[in-house]
Amino acid sequence: MAETTIEEIIDDRPTGFKAVLSEFWSYFSENRGAVIGLFFFIAIVLIAIFADFIAPHAPNQQYREALLQPPFWQTGGEFRFPLGTDAIGRDMLSRLIYGSRYSLFIGCIVVSVSLIVGVILGLIAGFFRGKTDTFIMRIMDVVLAFPSLLLALVLVAILGPSLINAMIAIAIVQQPHYVRLTRAAVLSEMTKDYVTAARVIGVKTLRLMFITILPNCMAPLIVQAALSFSTAILDAAALGFLGMGAQPPTPEWGTMLAEAREFILRAWWVVTFPGIAILTTVLAINLMGDGLRDALDPKLKRS
Amino acid sequence: MPLLEIENLTVSFQTAGGQFTAVDSVSLHIKPGEIVSIVGESGSGKSVAMLALMGLLPWTATVTADKLSFNNQDLKTIAKPDLRKIIGSKMAMIFQEPMTSLNPCFTVGFQIMESLKIHLGLNRAQRKKRAIELLELVGIPEPEKRLSAFPHQLSGGMNQRVMIALAISCNPQLLIADEPTTALDVTIQAQILDLLLKLQKEKGMSLILITHDMGVVAETAERVAVQYAGQQVEKQKVKGLFSNPHHPYTQALLNSLPERSKSKILPSIAGVVPGQFDKPKGCLFSPRCEYATDKCRTVPPVPAGDEQGRALCHYPIENGKPTNYPEEVNS
Amino acid sequence: MFLYFLKKLGVILPTFFGVTLVAFVFIRLLPGDPVMLMAGERGMSEERHAALMTEMGFDKPVIVQYGYYLMDLARGDFGTSIITKRPVLEEFGALFPATVELSVCAMILAILFGLPAGMIAATKRGSTFDHTVMTSALTGYSMPIFWWGLLLIIFFSGILGWTPVSGRISLLYYFEPVTGFMLIDSLLSGQDGAFASALSHLILPAIVLGTIPLAVIARQTRSAMLEVLSEDYVRTARAKGLGPQRVIGLHALRNALIPVITVIGLQVGVLFAGAILTETIFSWPGIGKWMVDSIFRRDYSAVQGGLLLIAAIVMLVNLAVDLLYGLINPQIRHTDS
Repeated sequence: MAETTIEEIIDDRPTGFKAVLSEFWSYFSENRGAVIGLFFFIAIVLIAIFADFIAPHAPNQQYREALLQPPFWQTGGEFRFPLGTDAIGRDMLSRLIYGSRYSLFIGCIVVSVSLIVGVILGLIAGFFRGKTDTFIMRIMDVVLAFPSLLLALVLVAILGPSLINAMIAIAIVQQPHYVRLTRAAVLSEMTKDYVTAARVIGVKTLRLMFITILPNCMAPLIVQAALSFSTAILDAAALGFLGMGAQPPTPEWGTMLAEAREFILRAWWVVTFPGIAILTTVLAINLMGDGLRDALDPKLKRS
Repeated sequence: MPLLEIENLTVSFQTAGGQFTAVDSVSLHIKPGEIVSIVGESGSGKSVAMLALMGLLPWTATVTADKLSFNNQDLKTIAKPDLRKIIGSKMAMIFQEPMTSLNPCFTVGFQIMESLKIHLGLNRAQRKKRAIELLELVGIPEPEKRLSAFPHQLSGGMNQRVMIALAISCNPQLLIADEPTTALDVTIQAQILDLLLKLQKEKGMSLILITHDMGVVAETAERVAVQYAGQQVEKQKVKGLFSNPHHPYTQALLNSLPERSKSKILPSIAGVVPGQFDKPKGCLFSPRCEYATDKCRTVPPVPAGDEQGRALCHYPIENGKPTNYPEEVNS
Repeated sequence: MFLYFLKKLGVILPTFFGVTLVAFVFIRLLPGDPVMLMAGERGMSEERHAALMTEMGFDKPVIVQYGYYLMDLARGDFGTSIITKRPVLEEFGALFPATVELSVCAMILAILFGLPAGMIAATKRGSTFDHTVMTSALTGYSMPIFWWGLLLIIFFSGILGWTPVSGRISLLYYFEPVTGFMLIDSLLSGQDGAFASALSHLILPAIVLGTIPLAVIARQTRSAMLEVLSEDYVRTARAKGLGPQRVIGLHALRNALIPVITVIGLQVGVLFAGAILTETIFSWPGIGKWMVDSIFRRDYSAVQGGLLLIAAIVMLVNLAVDLLYGLINPQIRHTDS
C-alpha cells in the first residue's frame, strides 16, 4: 500500500526541459525583486527595439530655439520635450530612448565575446591541466592584477577611443572571470562518475568537453553572465564619460553625461536623467542576477 | 521535588509549507541525580524538545507548554537575561558534533574560561587554574598545553571531552547530552559514555541522555522515554522497557537489536518517520506498525495508564501481545 | 605561517613578471615607434631619430630590450615623463598620498557603515531593516559612481553650498607637505580652519569612492553572517548563556569576518578603478586623475610606469590581505605545521 503511493508520486513528477524550466521559475519568482528586475529589463529591451516608434524626436535633431529647456513640469518647460533639452537643443527623452540600444548592445556583445572566449579557455585549462593550464591561468592572473577600468582605459588608449574598441577592452578585462569559473567547474565535474563512464565508452575529447561536461557547468556561468552584463554597461558608460568610449554625438548614456558635465550647476536635468537610466538598467539586471543565483545555486536551495 | 518539570511541551516551526509540529505534547519529570534517556530515530524531535527547554530554538519556532520549570523557576515566563544565567551554568548541554560545536577561531582555553568568567566571575588566574582542572577531569592529557590549542588541532573525541569540560565548568545540576557519542569512533564512544557517567556520579547531577542507541540506554539510564515523530510513545523504567515493552514501536526497536535477534536476518522497521507532508491521520506509527488496524489509521490514540508505560497505542502490548485487539483481525 | 607566506609569494612573482611584460609590450603596441611618440607632434629629423633609437636601445632585439627594461625597473627607474621630463616614480610618489588618503577614507566609511549594516541585517533577517539595507546595497552596487559624484555636487555644492566642488583644500591655506596626507598636514600646520577645509574637500569624494565597497561589504557581511549564525558553535555559544552581543559580536563575527576580509582585499583594485573616475570628477590631484591626464596628453611613458606601479601596489595589498587572512583564521595558519 505504502509502496504503491511512493511509485505514483515518482510517476507524477514531470521530467524534461519544460519541468526544469518550471522548477526554475518557481524558485525565481519567489524573489520579488528578481521578478521586478526581469519585467523592467524586458521593458528596456522593448524600448530599445521600438525606439524608432516611441521616441518623439530623432536623437540628433537640434532645436535651436530650445536650448537647455527644462522638463515639462518646470517653468519654461513644454510637453514637446518631456524631459527637457540639452545644451544644443536635442530632446533628452529621445536621446535616452535611443541610448538604451547602445547599452544593451554593449552588454550583449561584451558578454557573448568574453563568455565564448572565456569558456573555451577555461575548458582547455581544466581539461588538459599541466602546462597549458598553468600558462592560461597565469595570463588570467596578470589580467586580473590590474584594476579593470584602468586596464580597459589603457587598452582603449592603444586601440583608439571608440565604442567598438571600448567593448573589446571591456570584454578582455572580463573574460578571466569566465575562465576561472569554467575551469573550477570542469575540475569538479571531471572527478564525477558520469565523466569516467563517458570516457570508458570512448566518447571523443571534443564531445566530452562541450556536450558531456559543459552543460553541467552552466549555472555559475549564467549568474556570472548576468553580473558582467551590468558591469559591462557600467564600464562602457564610465569610458564614455571619460571620453574614451562612444564618441559624441552618439546618444550613449555615459557620453551624454560627459557632454553634460559643464552644465551641472545650471541644468540639473541633463545630468540627472542619463544617470538614472544607467542606474535603473544596471539595478534591474543585478536584481535579476541575484534571483538567478538563488534559483540556480543548489547550495542555497532550500530543501 | 523534581528538578525539571516539563508538561505538554509542544514545539512547532513555521516553514514554507506551513506549520510543522516537531514536538507534540511531551512531558518529562527529572529528579535530582537521576539519569533519564530519551530514545528515538532521527527526526523524532528529541533534540528539538531539549533545545526548546534551553531557549535555543530559532525565532521560527513556537514553543508552548503547560508547565516548564527548572528548580522551581518557571522557564515559560522567565526574562531572557535570567534564563542566560541558568543555561550554561545550572543547566548545560553538549551536542552531537564535537568538531563543529566548538568555535574554530578561538582556543579551547578561551572557550572554557569564557564560561567561567561570565557565570562565576573568576579572575584570570582562577579561571586558568579551574580550566586546567576541568581538562584534567575530563581526561585530557597535558591540559596546560591544550589550553592554547584550537579545536581543529584536536581529535573528535578530544573535542567532545572539551565540550564536556565546558558543560560541567559551572557544576550544573542538569546536563543534557544530545547524542554525545554518535559522531565518534566506536572505541571512543564507550570512553565518553563512561566519562559522562563518572562525572554524573561524582557531581550528583541529573543527566538527560538523548540517543537512538538502545544499547547505550541499557547501559546507562534508569528511566527511558521513547519518542516517535514528535510524540512520546512510551515511558518506563529501563528494566521494564527491555523485558516488557508496551508500544509496538518500542518492541520493534528492541527486536532490531542484534543481540536480541533470534532469526538469521536482523529485523528492521520498514519505512521512515513521517515528515511534514505525509503525517497519517490516526496513530503516527500506524504506517509502519505490524499490528495496525483501520482504527489505528483513522483515530489518534490516547496514552495508556502508568502501569502500561503511558503507551500511546490503541492496543498496548503486554508480554509481547497486543491487548484489546479486535478478534476478526486476529484470526 | 611562513610557508603560507612563501606559497603566496610564489604565485605573485610570476604574475608580477607578467605585469611587467604587459607594461613593456604596451608601449610597443602603440602606432609609431617610441621615439616618435616621445617627439610628439613636433616631429624630428631623420638623423636625430636614428641617434635616439640607438641611444635608447630600440635597435636591439626585443628580448634584449625587455632585459634592459627589467634592469631599469630593478634600479627603481620607471621611465621619464615625456611631458614634464621628470622621473615617473617621482611624479607618482608626489601624487600617491592624495589617492591613498582618499582611498583610506573611502574604505573606512565603507567598513564603518557596511559591516554593522550587514550584521544587523543578518540578525534581523526578513525585517524591514534587512530589506532596506539590501535594497540600498544593491542600488549602491549598481551605481555609476561618476554620475553619483555629479549628483552629490549638484546637491551639496550647488543647492546647499556646503562643500567645495574640487581640490583638496581651500587656496587660503598653504603649508609644506609633511606626510602628504592633507588631513594630517592641516592639523600639523596649526592654521585655523585648515583641517575643516581639508575635511570638507575630502568628504564628498570619499563618499563617492566608498559607495561600491560599502555595498559589497554590506552584502558579503550579511551572507557570511547568515551562514555563520546557523553553525553549531554559535548554538554552543548561546548554550553557554552568553548574551546576544557576545554571541554575535564575538563568536559569530570573528568567523564571518574571514570571507569579509577577502572581499575587502578585493576592493583595493575596485578602489583604484573608482579613483580614476572620482578624482576626475572632483579634480582630486591623485594618481587616478594623473593617469587619465597622461592618457589624454599621450604621455605614454607615464602611463606605462603608472600602470606597472598601480598593479604592483594592488598585488602587494592583496598579499598583505592574504597574510591578515591567515592571522585571523587559525585553520590556515596551521596548515603547514
